[in-house]
Amino acid sequence: MSTLSRDEVARVAGLARIDLTPAELDRLAGELDVIVESVARVSEIATPDVPATSHPLPLTNVFRPDVLVEPVDRALVLASAPEHVDGKFAVPQILGEDA
Amino acid sequence: MSTLVDYDDAVARYDTVIGIEVHVELGTVTKMFDGAPAGFGEEPNTSVTPVSLGLPGSLPVVNGKAVEYAIRIGLALNCSIAETCRFARKNYFYPDVPKNFQTSQYDEPIAYEGWVDVELDDGSIFRVEIERAHMEEDAGKNTHIGGSDGRIHGAEYSLVDYNRAGIPLVEIVTKPITGAGARAPEVARAYVQTLRDLFRALEVSEARMERGNVRADVNVSIRPTPQSPLGTRTETKNVNSFRSVERAVRYEVSRQAGVLDDGIAIVQETRHWHEDTGTTAAGRVKSDAEDYRYFPEPDLVPIAPDRAWVEEIRASLPELPAARRRRLQGEWGYADAEMRDVVNAGAVELIETTIAAGASPAAARKWWMGELARTAKQQEVELAELPVTPTQIGQLQKLVDDGRINDKLARQVLEGVLAGEGDPETVLVARGLEVVSDDAPLLEAIDAALAAQPDIAEKIRSGNLGPVGAIIGAVMKATRGQADAGRVRELLLERIQG
Repeated sequence: MSTLSRDEVARVAGLARIDLTPAELDRLAGELDVIVESVARVSEIATPDVPATSHPLPLTNVFRPDVLVEPVDRALVLASAPEHVDGKFAVPQILGEDA
Repeated sequence: MSTLVDYDDAVARYDTVIGIEVHVELGTVTKMFDGAPAGFGEEPNTSVTPVSLGLPGSLPVVNGKAVEYAIRIGLALNCSIAETCRFARKNYFYPDVPKNFQTSQYDEPIAYEGWVDVELDDGSIFRVEIERAHMEEDAGKNTHIGGSDGRIHGAEYSLVDYNRAGIPLVEIVTKPITGAGARAPEVARAYVQTLRDLFRALEVSEARMERGNVRADVNVSIRPTPQSPLGTRTETKNVNSFRSVERAVRYEVSRQAGVLDDGIAIVQETRHWHEDTGTTAAGRVKSDAEDYRYFPEPDLVPIAPDRAWVEEIRASLPELPAARRRRLQGEWGYADAEMRDVVNAGAVELIETTIAAGASPAAARKWWMGELARTAKQQEVELAELPVTPTQIGQLQKLVDDGRINDKLARQVLEGVLAGEGDPETVLVARGLEVVSDDAPLLEAIDAALAAQPDIAEKIRSGNLGPVGAIIGAVMKATRGQADAGRVRELLLERIQG
């Protein structure tokens, strides 16, 4: 059973845009390792005849009809925007990728 | 930077493999996971609910109609429909997804393993294998403001409109398309066109390319021979017209051949298509940043389409475009090449409606593929964009069939219709173009013509009918083409013999 390395924690933190100090990285690598190992123990118990579960409820096909609801008033929508211009959310410049 | 290799040279030395991802926006009334309107062209941020905005505490519920549409698409593409499937979160940080993830399907698409036959320009059929078709939601729309060239680098800020966020999408992914060789660009274009026609026939989307209802990402790689392992591919994003799909593949083949000729490895990357220059430019290099950390969406339960429902949808599928084309060709009696021209010109519906308006198949084809095709070409527009309806063409042909105008006058009437002067009947009256059916003015013109050309008149009188054309021509000219040439000939002969 391989353990979760400090580098892997740093990488996942980077992907999640979480800024961690070296001390936090050290601590979290250890804590997360415990969780990962615990889960790994569960998968040892789960045999092929136990289907994977992505949801705790025995439900499928919960659909809604294709019927309109009243949209939220735009003034209210934009009230939560730190800034807005011409009815649109204004966000800091985006680098690297065209929309 | 390597130079482009001439396309013919490139395909003589390299084998092209392509793969295409097509996104289609479904024409449901509401969004994928909430009841906000899924329309187009509304004021910014007016078609949103807490779910579209990803507000804390809001919960998605699947639009049953969108699932039905996805199954329709899957069945029409000869796919298997999953017994059970689920949604997943695709995590990334970009302001067009307010939740910081796109709800998509990952390891369990609703439809998989299918195929579609694509008809090429010469009528041959190329089968494209489908890997999967899965459901997901569209993202919002970003507009980049400021910066020197208005493009994203140097933009001072970006504006976001979430009206499009959450509109249901189906993404259709092909398997690697091999064996197309030099025709890969044409196959790519014909494939996207085939899907567009299919979406319309299935009535799952308006499928308007210019509105971005259908968007294609084009993967291209080349290799020395068809037996070589697959080369490194590039993915050109958001190629949004049929012509651009073809051009983008062609450009990438030429570009990659140039790179490989220089002994440089192709970089696996996302590229952007530039419509104005017909070229692609490097975007993001695929790297760790593209680790989307997919995991099953905990807020949605799995979808297990009931088999009876799937069969009900299968039974309700309309006649698909290829079968419809074959049926119409039989009904209309067009030769293969004629039908192909009609299809390539996008004139199938136009001709069908013209025939329904009373014209014969031959007459309908003559107008749309003749006069109107020339006009469209001159004006650089599609046939359907011309300011004339199939019904008007039917009316025009009826005027000809009723003998009220001849072909030449009909073209003048059509000119008037195209110029916005009204229906054929209105133009005919306003321009005074009706065929002269009264004999009196014709006889008058015949006498005048005979008098003006006494030597010809003499020849005809002496039994030499060779030069009658000269007299008929003069009469036609005098009546500004509004005479029936056959009737003029009859009257002329009666005149001389009498």
